[in-house]
Amino acid sequence: MSGLDRRSLIGGLAAATLARPALAQGAKGRVVVVGGGFGGATAARALHAAGLAVTLVEPAERYIACPMSNAVIAGLRPVDLQVFVYEGLARAGLTLARTKAVAVDGAARQVRLAEGGTLPYDRLILSPGIALRFDALPGYDAAAAEIMPHAWKAGAQTELLARQLADMPDGGTVVLGVPGNPYRCPPGPYERASLIAYLLKTRKPRSKLIVLDAKDTFSKQRLFEAAWARLYPDHLEYVPLAGGGQVTAVDPKTRMVRTDFAEYQADVACIIPPQRAAPIAAAAGVADRSGWCPIDPVTFESRLTPGIHVIGDAAIAGAMPKSAFSANAQGKVCAEAVIDLLAGREPVVPKLINTCYSLVAPDDGISVAGVYHPENGVLADVAGAGGTSPLDASAEMRHREAAYGEDWFRTVSHAVFG
Amino acid sequence: MRILLLLALAAAAGTAGAAEERPPPGASSCSGCHGPADGGAVPSLAGLPAEAIAGALAAFRAGTRPATVMDRIAKGFTEEESRAIAAWLAARGGT
Ligand SMILES: Cc1cc2nc3c(=O)[nH]c(=O)nc-3n(C[C@H](O)[C@H](O)[C@H](O)COP(=O)(O)OP(=O)(O)OC[C@H]3O[C@@H](n4cnc5c(N)ncnc54)[C@H](O)[C@@H]3O)c2cc1C
Ligand code: HEC
Repeated sequence: MSGLDRRSLIGGLAAATLARPALAQGAKGRVVVVGGGFGGATAARALHAAGLAVTLVEPAERYIACPMSNAVIAGLRPVDLQVFVYEGLARAGLTLARTKAVAVDGAARQVRLAEGGTLPYDRLILSPGIALRFDALPGYDAAAAEIMPHAWKAGAQTELLARQLADMPDGGTVVLGVPGNPYRCPPGPYERASLIAYLLKTRKPRSKLIVLDAKDTFSKQRLFEAAWARLYPDHLEYVPLAGGGQVTAVDPKTRMVRTDFAEYQADVACIIPPQRAAPIAAAAGVADRSGWCPIDPVTFESRLTPGIHVIGDAAIAGAMPKSAFSANAQGKVCAEAVIDLLAGREPVVPKLINTCYSLVAPDDGISVAGVYHPENGVLADVAGAGGTSPLDASAEMRHREAAYGEDWFRTVSHAVFG
Repeated sequence: MRILLLLALAAAAGTAGAAEERPPPGASSCSGCHGPADGGAVPSLAGLPAEAIAGALAAFRAGTRPATVMDRIAKGFTEEESRAIAAWLAARGGT
């Protein structure tokens, strides 16, 4: 593989010297993008398409996408459909550095790479995603995650949880621990609860799922709760914060999950721990004490270190949720802003859209949408727009939303990685 | 080719002025769902003239055209913003 890496490391140089489209006319400078997920790969592609010299830093050979991975966990979808490679980006002529960024010198404008070299930049875009906090929940560390998977970064964890659920004998108890805000993909835990309940109902009907939540309100709540009452009254029990739902400790040896009020003996425990921006954000000096990155809502430039832009899950994007849809939309807007800044133009004040589709059962979908714009220094909801699917949507409409959700995933992953 | 596109764009957008290739606010988010024409569930915008896109957005915004999600999205844009988005998308072949 390293021969290919080396070739792709320099593969984009020739393309970068081709004539520039008018868009980037006057824009001069080197852009480095760290993180080839939905945010970073989108931004890198947009900058490259506009004719800028851009290097995408990403160590992983393959990108394993989280959206739709809850269906994999419930045995409803093959994991292969989640896997993408970077050859498409290399073929498009983009320069890839197949290594990890380990430090950023914001004053000298340089990124230091794991294998030793440095990359100078005029503008740096970070889209490194999240780190799971293994210091936040007593008993839950990296070793515990091998027994009580979070499956909140797709890949081996997704397959581990899928296997544990498939192997669990009927009559078992599944416990799902959900963190407080903010975290990656606000409706994700509830989609996961729905699809696990579907698996139990259809294949292990004497089993039960207990959802322990560290909060009382959540994304698409009325839609999820209506679906659970309709579909899973005997298989899903939801315990909110006010009902004592916050997980306060776990014991992986015995698969015990504790709250301040009770102990839950699990046969399968999925624990989603609190999160923060991936470590490179703190190393670059763009994460604040919350662990996330404050940004300017027009350009996504860090409030803490000039010249560095942060997009995707790592950013504090106001009302915009941490989603692949948001990361993709932000990648495009941030690329435009970087082009404008490099050309000495005033960036356009943007509007962005997010839509998160969730499945409550196979072929049964719901969504939440929003339109966002900068207001008082943050990305705020455009009043009167957005919201969730109607509570009384017909089965036919929910069927269509499930199809639209799958189609969104296909379209966006093709646009980003294809 | 580019000159033709720009002329079409400027004409359709009315006030967009010269050489405005930058996406107007909101336009770059549409391609999250609307891909190239390939028979997916979400209708492709490829080949739709600006007038058709702007007209659809107006109807979605007014609630007179049935929708699962476009009503909620279209309400985030004014008539003028919608026209600018429509012109930009149409000039680029819908994505
Ligand atoms: C179960 C689940 C379901 C979800 N469902 C949906 C959904 O239906 N719709 C939706 O919109 N979103 C969904 N999401 C959320 C979505 O996956 C994330 O919001 C999205 O991946 C964020 O993109 P990103 O670019 O910020 O980060 P990521 O996609 O995590 O990409 C970050 C990349 O950066 C790389 N990286 C990190 N550090 C470094 C470094 N130091 N140097 C170089 N590279 C580095 C990583 O290897 C990784 O490839 C879901 C998430 C989960 C967990
Ligand atoms: C979350 C996915 C999503 C996003 C984002 C989105 N659309 Fe749509 N669009 C749809 C769906 C689904 C339909 C079918 C109607 C419905 O169910 O709402 C549609 C229909 C349309 C139509 C009618 C097409 C036809 O031939 O019937 C137009 C025009 C349109 N959208 C324009 C836009 C524009 C412009 C944007 C960006 C401002 C946009 N859409 C963003 C999903 C999306």
